Amino acid sequence: MTGYLFLVILALSLAAFHVGRTTAKSFVSAQGAQLHSRPVYHGAFAAVWVGLPASVLVVLWLLFQDTIIDHLVLASLPASMTEGASASRLSLYISEIRNVASGRIFTEPSPEIRTAAERLQSWQAIARWAMVVVTVAMMVLALYLARARMAPGFRARQSFERTLDIVMIASAAVAIFVTGGIIVSLTFEAMQFFRLVPLQEFFFGLNWEPQIAIREDQVAGTGAFGAVPVFTGTLLISAIALLVAIPIGLLSAIYLVEFAGECVRGIVKPVLEILAGVPTVVYGFFAVLVVAPAIRQAGSMMGIAISPNSALAAGGVMGIMIIPFISSLSDDALRAVPQSMRDGSLALGATRAETITRVLLPAALPGIVGGILLAASRAIGETMIVVMAAGLTATLTANPLDSVTTVTVQIVTMLIGDTAFDNPKTLSAFALGLVLFVVTLYLNVAALRIVRRYREKYE
Amino acid sequence: MNMLAEAAVEDAINRDSARTETVKMQASGVNVFYGEKQALFDVDLAVRKNQVTALIGPSGCGKSTFLRCLNRMNDTIDICRVTGSITLDGEDIYDPKIDVVELRARVGMVFQKPNPFPKSIYENVAYGPRIHGLASSRSELDAIIETSLQKAGLWNEVKDRLNEPGTGLSGGQQQRLCIARAIAVSPEVILMDEPCSALDPIATARVEELIDELRENYTIVIVTHSMQQAARVSQRTAMFHLGRLVEEGPTGKMFTNPEDKRTQDYVTGRFG
Repeated sequence: MTGYLFLVILALSLAAFHVGRTTAKSFVSAQGAQLHSRPVYHGAFAAVWVGLPASVLVVLWLLFQDTIIDHLVLASLPASMTEGASASRLSLYISEIRNVASGRIFTEPSPEIRTAAERLQSWQAIARWAMVVVTVAMMVLALYLARARMAPGFRARQSFERTLDIVMIASAAVAIFVTGGIIVSLTFEAMQFFRLVPLQEFFFGLNWEPQIAIREDQVAGTGAFGAVPVFTGTLLISAIALLVAIPIGLLSAIYLVEFAGECVRGIVKPVLEILAGVPTVVYGFFAVLVVAPAIRQAGSMMGIAISPNSALAAGGVMGIMIIPFISSLSDDALRAVPQSMRDGSLALGATRAETITRVLLPAALPGIVGGILLAASRAIGETMIVVMAAGLTATLTANPLDSVTTVTVQIVTMLIGDTAFDNPKTLSAFALGLVLFVVTLYLNVAALRIVRRYREKYE
Repeated sequence: MNMLAEAAVEDAINRDSARTETVKMQASGVNVFYGEKQALFDVDLAVRKNQVTALIGPSGCGKSTFLRCLNRMNDTIDICRVTGSITLDGEDIYDPKIDVVELRARVGMVFQKPNPFPKSIYENVAYGPRIHGLASSRSELDAIIETSLQKAGLWNEVKDRLNEPGTGLSGGQQQRLCIARAIAVSPEVILMDEPCSALDPIATARVEELIDELRENYTIVIVTHSMQQAARVSQRTAMFHLGRLVEEGPTGKMFTNPEDKRTQDYVTGRFG
């Protein structure tokens, strides 16, 4: 139904385009007038006037229709049912009415529910048709208004371009609003958590045992929410990942920019970028099934006991994953250093190695640091590899052979299985998420600022 | 030609005859290919010691290519191939035994566009001496930097801000900084590829004056598009056209009485 409506909107917009263009042409042929804007802009102006408000109206209508109908249905229920009922009770009523209305009947519904379901059905039908009628009426009115404004001197191009501006601003705003929404919901739930667990315990406590009972009959720990071991675990794994990725990424970038021939470059660069396209879950089982046992075996050969889920395995594989970030951004940064810098250095009798270490790397450093920071925020936020390979116990250790856990792993485990949003176990996920969000946001902003400063350098 | 230019030519003739005529660099039968395309055909040219040799000719005639052969900067271009021989003090610089790094320390280069490194003024000049280990102590390095900047005529302008970035100087100052940077490794020959083309007339005059002073201690080869500049600064001039050396001789003769018709047309501004 709604799909057809959008088709109608599209068809009417095209018709409006045609009307607008023909009208504009008729000004020229019938009156011999000089047009301000070309006919195609008159057409575009009419099409936008007809199509855009109608689309917005339909979207808003669909967003609010259910809420409004729910309210009306609830209000129509007998007072004996709604009087003094809790919010969750009311939402139960609504879902029952909806189930009945769509034919999913589990138990014999009460007559009140049954009549409410019928009422819901009829209201929904009315709303649907009302939407169609209102939308079409609006489009016809818009076409009439647009047609009325058209004249040879009418600045159709400016009007059309102004509308395009608004569309672009709205598109950009979507991303911003979503980010804002995420921050608000994270902060809200995190505040709930900090009402139950004091701030200083979360940020300075050394003990993380969040598996507390959600139902009364569960067997569980007493609970401790000191997040320090979780943060150090994240730091340890990210540090290992960066230790792997920075040298490999940087050296491969230098090789690609300074030494590789066109042919080698044409093969190596796409292959490196494939690394970025491998799903992280694949890296995850690579870490669990290949790297971790190999490290363990190597350890036992040397007489070192290594836990099956070691930070080294997870961090190492994560390092491989983020190589493309560092290599490709460093590649760009090195490539952006003008050839005249290389020539200047070589003409002074510097070797290629001296040119790279003393001129190219310092000149490209901001770009390289930007790449490293982006890779770091990626490593800190990475989930799948660590869920599969790093382990769950929050140990406070700097030993890479030990099993550690990370912020992301804990968030996943907190939100799997029983969740209750009045319980610190579940809510702790939001507090951790907020910290993670702030840290990665900071790293991203820092990286972007560094990269931007670097861009201005050679202009 | 106007009176001024003629005076400059007279001057050049006088200067020319006073100098010794030792050959510093000798190119014989030099051909250069970029891939399939041949850019230089059989060039024979002598560069005389403590003289300024100007290379002139219309754009794309191969003069920059020839200049870049003299310190093997063409090595950095993959598809470039050089045949024939070029000697420096009698030694073939394309001999496999020659270390290109050492060669470039002896034959320095200043480019068309000033290209200071994004480092401080001090570090820009210190770059060469550092990589060649020319100074054993900080004070020795300071001394090299001061003399180099003085020789480049930049010392008085920058002595109070040696730690500021070299990229913050004006265009003319940047070019003199690049000259100072080249001087700091004490080369024997300095190659200049249109060093004034990105500069305004005042900065150009400063650099030209400087070139004349540098002749005392260095051998200079300069590529230029400006006839007046060639007449003002050089003792010998070589005219290139379509990858061939058309004519070479004392600057005064080249501008007043060239043997080749093409040279005459070019220096009088009829083509190019």
